[in-house]
Amino acid sequence: MSDPRDTFAKPGALTPAGAEPIVRVLELEKYFGPNHVLRGCTLEVYPRETICIIGKSGSGKSTLLRCINFLEEPTIGAIEVDGIRVTADPLHSRSREHRDQIRQIRRGAQMVFQEFNLFPHLRVIDNLIEAPIRVKGVARDEAIATAEKFLDKVGLSEKRDEYPGRLSGGQKQRVAIARALTMEPKVLLFDEPTSALDPTLVGEVLNVMEDLAHEGATMIVVTHEMAFAREAADRVYYIEEGVFVEVGPPEQVITNPADARTREFLARTLGEAHVHEAAGAVHIPQGADAMHIHADEGPAHERTLDDIKRIEQQHDHM
Amino acid sequence: MLGFGHQPTAFGADALPAEVVEQIAASRARDRRRFRLAFIATWVLLVGALAFAIAQTGQVHLDFMLEWAPFIMGGIPVTIFVSVMSIIFAVMFAVVGALGRLSTLAPIYAVASLYVSLVRGTPLILQIIFVYLALPQFGIVLPSLAAGIFALSFNYGAYMTEIFRAGIQAIPRGQIEAAAALGMTDQLTMRRIILPQAIRIVIPAIGNEFIAMIKDSALVSLVTIQEVFWRASTTGSRSFRTFETLLIAALIYWTLTIIFSVAQERLEARLRKSEVRL
Repeated sequence: MSDPRDTFAKPGALTPAGAEPIVRVLELEKYFGPNHVLRGCTLEVYPRETICIIGKSGSGKSTLLRCINFLEEPTIGAIEVDGIRVTADPLHSRSREHRDQIRQIRRGAQMVFQEFNLFPHLRVIDNLIEAPIRVKGVARDEAIATAEKFLDKVGLSEKRDEYPGRLSGGQKQRVAIARALTMEPKVLLFDEPTSALDPTLVGEVLNVMEDLAHEGATMIVVTHEMAFAREAADRVYYIEEGVFVEVGPPEQVITNPADARTREFLARTLGEAHVHEAAGAVHIPQGADAMHIHADEGPAHERTLDDIKRIEQQHDHM
Repeated sequence: MLGFGHQPTAFGADALPAEVVEQIAASRARDRRRFRLAFIATWVLLVGALAFAIAQTGQVHLDFMLEWAPFIMGGIPVTIFVSVMSIIFAVMFAVVGALGRLSTLAPIYAVASLYVSLVRGTPLILQIIFVYLALPQFGIVLPSLAAGIFALSFNYGAYMTEIFRAGIQAIPRGQIEAAAALGMTDQLTMRRIILPQAIRIVIPAIGNEFIAMIKDSALVSLVTIQEVFWRASTTGSRSFRTFETLLIAALIYWTLTIIFSVAQERLEARLRKSEVRL
């Protein structure tokens, strides 16, 4: 069978020539009961690329990310990470072989969670060596050396022997990033890594992530931080109602969105000043017409009068 | 209003004078002292009245009690040994039972449910006699101490199964997801991530069960284990002075539970102060 291609995926600036995608999401669909949450998402990520997925809450962006490491079971489609492909098969409980494949995918695609999810009964260092020792079978000394290296990288060497309960949210998330790195993954999955943080602590986490991106880590980041996406992403995917509406480099999708829905989302997220009417970004045609979109703009109480005026102006322009 | 020239200003209210702060603290401390005093006085009064009422019966011979108290107190180590061993085995039964009650495999879930149902549906005293007298019919002969400890731990394990199940279920989903995302198997996740946290959650409940166990361990006197209650009832009935010997046993059990309750409160306070925040 020939794979559906992500026609918008182009190797990023840091990608070695001729490299194959490290992550493939192939026509992925996900149902929660009768809810059709993902409606056919195709995505390819090349080595050393950073991909940002943006969208409203409930748009399916986190579900998509959680399908990549099978924390959610995809309903239709396939996931491929580092050459291991698992096809959705929700009608059959998984064989041992399938479960082993999923664990291999998880080892290659490490996730950083919104809520950090550090293990509270283990000291920072023990959080970092648990999986390398018990999952990868690394020797203890070696695991400790690797853990200390990454702890130093996120600037938390002095917290080595603390319990997570004594750390700030930003420190916890940096430890969580170090924990993911100790597995030496092929790709890092970030699920809204700064959304649970006090605003004053967001910066320290984003700095670590930007460093990683510029050093050539392969990352898929679900985020509301548009400044980060603009700074670090090779490609930005705007998702709405379970489909990618717009895909392109950040200077297109974030600065000059072509689709009305992307514009509206960005207008709400960034405020008016950043959004300009322009063409150029890759615009995925949708069946929905402007009026339909207009009617779908979420609860009115969330919008101020200015928002409504602005949205109406945008529609007038179209 | 406090009449201390305390004026609010644009920069927030002035601090109260130090002596006022001290007066407030002293008044709080006075209230606490009074409460404590009244509490102790009431206990002394009630216990004194009880002792007086018992003495009034004319049944209590202090000489006899003093003569036999050492022998009955000799049962304390046995009582504590039986209780400690039983709670340890009960925890093991409870862990296995809880894992069974959380299993998605029907037969395992069924076995665990049957265990809980059977034990909770029959009296403890019956279970103890059954283990001691009925198991030999199946060719399993346990010495009385082993039979007593087995019966107690089997019984408590069933009740604690539900405690452990709740403890395991109290671990946030994110913990399980984080372990899965690191590539851990379900088994590894249970052993290294969930159970160590669940044990911490159920430690106060285990303490309560242990205190109950100290008193329920009196039932193993039925299989002639010479713990406190056995010694009290045997010496009592031999000399027709059961009233006095049981009085001694009651004092011993009461003292033991007070000691272990205090120990448990200390342990809980330490857990609360621990650096491990679940």
